[in-house]
Amino acid sequence: MALMSVTSPHAHGPLSTARAMQTVLLACIPGVAALTWFFGFGTLVNIAWACLVGLASEALALKLRQRPIGLYLNDYSALVTATLLAIAMPAYAPWWLILVGVSFSIIIAKHLYGGLGYNPFNPAMVGYVVLLISFPLEMTSWAAPRGVNAVQVPGLWEAIQLCFVPGSIDAVTMATPLDLLKQNNSLSVEALWQQNPQFGRWAGEGWEWASLGFLAGGLWMLYRRIYTWHAPVAMLASLALMAALFYDGGGPQSTGSPLFHLLSGGAVFGAFFIITDPVSSAVSNLGRLIFGALIGVLVFLIRCFGNYPDAVAFAVLIMNFAAPFIDYYTQPRTYGHRTGNRGSS
Amino acid sequence: MRKIWDFHGGVHPPENKHQSLGRPIRSAGIPPELTLPLNQHIGAPAEPIVTVGQKVLKGECIAKAAGLISVPVHAPTSGTITAIEERLVAHPSGLPTECIILETDGEDRWIERTGIADPATADKATLLACIRDAGIAGMGGAGFPTSVKLGVNPRGGGIDTLVLNGTECEPYITADHVLMRERADEIVAGARILQQLVEPKETLLGVEDNKPDAIEALRQACQGEDMEVVVFPTKYPSGGEKQLIEILTGRQVPSGGLPADIGVVCQNMGTAVAVYRAVVHGEPLISRITTVTGEAVAQPGNFEVLLGTPMSYLLELSGFSADRLQRLVMGGPMMGFTVPDPAVPIVKTTNCILAPTTSELPPPPPAQPCIRCGLCAEACPASLLPQQLYWFSRGKEYEKLEAHNLFDCIECGACSFACPSNIPLVQYYRASKAEITQLKRDQAKSEHSKTRFEARQERLQREAEAKEAQRAARKQAAEARAREAAEAGGAEQDPIQAAIERAKARKAAAQDGEKTSQRPAIAQLDPAELAIERARAARAASADQSPEDKARANLARLQERLAKSEAKLAASRESGAEANIIEALEAAIEKLQPKLEEARRQVEALPGEPAPAAEKDAAQLAIERAQAARAASANQDPGEKARANLERLQERLAKSEAKLAASRESGADDTIIEALEAAIDKLKPKLEEAQREVDALHSGQEA
Repeated sequence: MALMSVTSPHAHGPLSTARAMQTVLLACIPGVAALTWFFGFGTLVNIAWACLVGLASEALALKLRQRPIGLYLNDYSALVTATLLAIAMPAYAPWWLILVGVSFSIIIAKHLYGGLGYNPFNPAMVGYVVLLISFPLEMTSWAAPRGVNAVQVPGLWEAIQLCFVPGSIDAVTMATPLDLLKQNNSLSVEALWQQNPQFGRWAGEGWEWASLGFLAGGLWMLYRRIYTWHAPVAMLASLALMAALFYDGGGPQSTGSPLFHLLSGGAVFGAFFIITDPVSSAVSNLGRLIFGALIGVLVFLIRCFGNYPDAVAFAVLIMNFAAPFIDYYTQPRTYGHRTGNRGSS
Repeated sequence: MRKIWDFHGGVHPPENKHQSLGRPIRSAGIPPELTLPLNQHIGAPAEPIVTVGQKVLKGECIAKAAGLISVPVHAPTSGTITAIEERLVAHPSGLPTECIILETDGEDRWIERTGIADPATADKATLLACIRDAGIAGMGGAGFPTSVKLGVNPRGGGIDTLVLNGTECEPYITADHVLMRERADEIVAGARILQQLVEPKETLLGVEDNKPDAIEALRQACQGEDMEVVVFPTKYPSGGEKQLIEILTGRQVPSGGLPADIGVVCQNMGTAVAVYRAVVHGEPLISRITTVTGEAVAQPGNFEVLLGTPMSYLLELSGFSADRLQRLVMGGPMMGFTVPDPAVPIVKTTNCILAPTTSELPPPPPAQPCIRCGLCAEACPASLLPQQLYWFSRGKEYEKLEAHNLFDCIECGACSFACPSNIPLVQYYRASKAEITQLKRDQAKSEHSKTRFEARQERLQREAEAKEAQRAARKQAAEARAREAAEAGGAEQDPIQAAIERAKARKAAAQDGEKTSQRPAIAQLDPAELAIERARAARAASADQSPEDKARANLARLQERLAKSEAKLAASRESGAEANIIEALEAAIEKLQPKLEEARRQVEALPGEPAPAAEKDAAQLAIERAQAARAASANQDPGEKARANLERLQERLAKSEAKLAASRESGADDTIIEALEAAIDKLKPKLEEAQREVDALHSGQEA
């Protein structure tokens, strides 16, 4: 009888990389559903096309790197990167924009750095920033949400046409609430809300619901122990705190309420889907608290005092730089040791 | 309600304990053969005290403890020792170790036992000796000799807490569970003896909350005792000694330290029972409770099994189907290790035999890249950073591994269990630990060799210095002698030295004569000349010398002195003497030469006619004979002379060349070699001339 000789542990937990990635994809559903409801099928078309490009890029990179393609494609990591980037991009983005962004994310930002687990920067955010800097017009033309000024959102066929034959249909675009608030310097917040129907209840028609959808997905992932609460909570808390500090009573110089900042743009999406990327974030729980909190501060500063309307991508990339440094100073105290190992080796 | 603490990390693997809990403890009976390894514990292997063929009784000591950290081995039943040899045992290394093989006789006859009916009356030393002689080693898994753990705290300080570990956090294992359920009284009785030994302020029996029936039984047994059953939530690895101590006391065992350092002693439930049986009944440790479980056995359960029983024997009792077995694990699925063969014996630390099927514990899938998810760090009960340790292990960065406290890793396997990328983290840590330990051993060894080498170098240097000093002294003495000799010059010399000098002079003079035709007198220092000299000397001694004789004697003396000086000069040059010595000699020669000329003139000025024959004495006759001989040689025909000259020159050239070759070989001074080369160069034209002369003469004769 040939007995196996393997070392302990013989048992293995249920979690696998593939399962964690699948969970992330599933957790996107409520947010994507809200986006689809308010902005039409653009986001879904984006995601479908991005996934195709993502898988093709991943396969190509794996082939060039002579890695087992089947094994690595099965980890779903390319799908997650492509999906997250597609969600972050404006709905009805032209096909080539997604092609450039996703292939850059996968091939350059991920595989040139050594592939899964080795990339120092969040690949989706690298792709997003490359597009934002290279094609600012396309990256900032957001479709108008359903119901605002009696807008009819495009259907599935129209969405596909808009994606693959850009300009074939006139789509209604509209400034996002973040843009409006930034450009405002005469009206009080209350007057601004009344004048522009796209502000919705708290943070923008459609946007607020999408944010709540992503929040639901994020809470579900917390429940599934895909990641810990530290980074998302720290980021949202510090963003809210900054907004509260600069709220200025809602006058013309106000930068917006904490609730507005939390629910608008990509704050919640970033908190639960982007900064929780384990590869490029800090490792320890304390490190993740610091990592998240500093991202929150940066998001607020760039939103209100920078040149770009939304800031999650830049804030995340800047903090990706800092993650190893944070790790270095947040090593936990080992059992049986008096002091922590902070800052040593 | 007692406060309990939590420890960092931990995981919740499927417990899988119910399978083996359905039946009460069964006796496994007596197998036909028992294999008793000499090393079933941590420490030195026991030494056999039986011989092959010897009959032994149940409980008889068959191997004695070797040193302090060691325990004896006893015969689990009566029978005959059939061999003492190496056998495969359950050890992670898979290497065979020395075992005593006992063929059982089925009679199960006990040796005479002497128990202490009331242990409370016994003193500590007696109890400790009793525990030690019973061969008890920790039965939780590590197998540390119990009497050592219970003995005097090596670091001083008292023990305030005695912990009895009934956690059994590993999945599948229920040996302690059923023991607590069925033999709680024995546990408490054992605990009482342990209390007596360590005198703690409090005694805590820690049990996870997944064993309600065991907790109930223990609580019943503890009534009226100074002990407390403490229940805490189930989490792996709360049964680790360090983790359990933190759960129960909130204190952490210092890194590299012992529980005793913080006033805690921790013992396994099974060990407590073994202590009770040893002290009260005088029964050594010859059996234990072992769980047999896994889907490859039809009736999983717990057995009271004799030590040395082959695992295959137990598996067969449990309805084992060999074809479904894919690996056989001793211990649980988290920390157990695979055994090389089902025939390996049950030992003191075998709490479980796990026979899983492939679907139950599938082979490890291929490892994927680490995605830095940090689940391992969350799972680590030692608050390590498994991920960092993994990177450093792969990079063989041993210093960083130590700085990240690799050696605080208890190898519980929680990180590997949690890892979504299926990376065998613990395997990396084990390998790195082994490498670092080996490295340290090598370092210590090389440090030792270095010290030895340095000591040797120092000694050699001392010796060399002493030798050098001696050599310098000798050289100085030699130089002093040489200087003395040089100063003495041609003056008074001891007879031997003079003789040597004379001989040298003759040789040198002969050569010089050939070299320089201006000095024919010296050149002709042949035997005839010598005879003349001797004769002259003899005549000089005869006082009445003629003026003619005197002049001749003077000339001879001068010639002799010149020859001597020249010989000395040549010798000095050859031996590479100091320049000043050579110069002095040259000056002396120069001074001599005019004197010699003078003397020669005097001799020539004398009347050519020899004295009348009548007056000639014997000496004079000899002189004349010699002179005649010389004259004869002088009267050689020119052809012969030329030929002789040629031969001489050829001989000299050959000699010089031989000398040159020898000098080159022996690595003589460049100056000497150069001088020789120059001499050879000078000789060559002379030789050619001589050759031409001879040829001319020949052609003349022929013509």
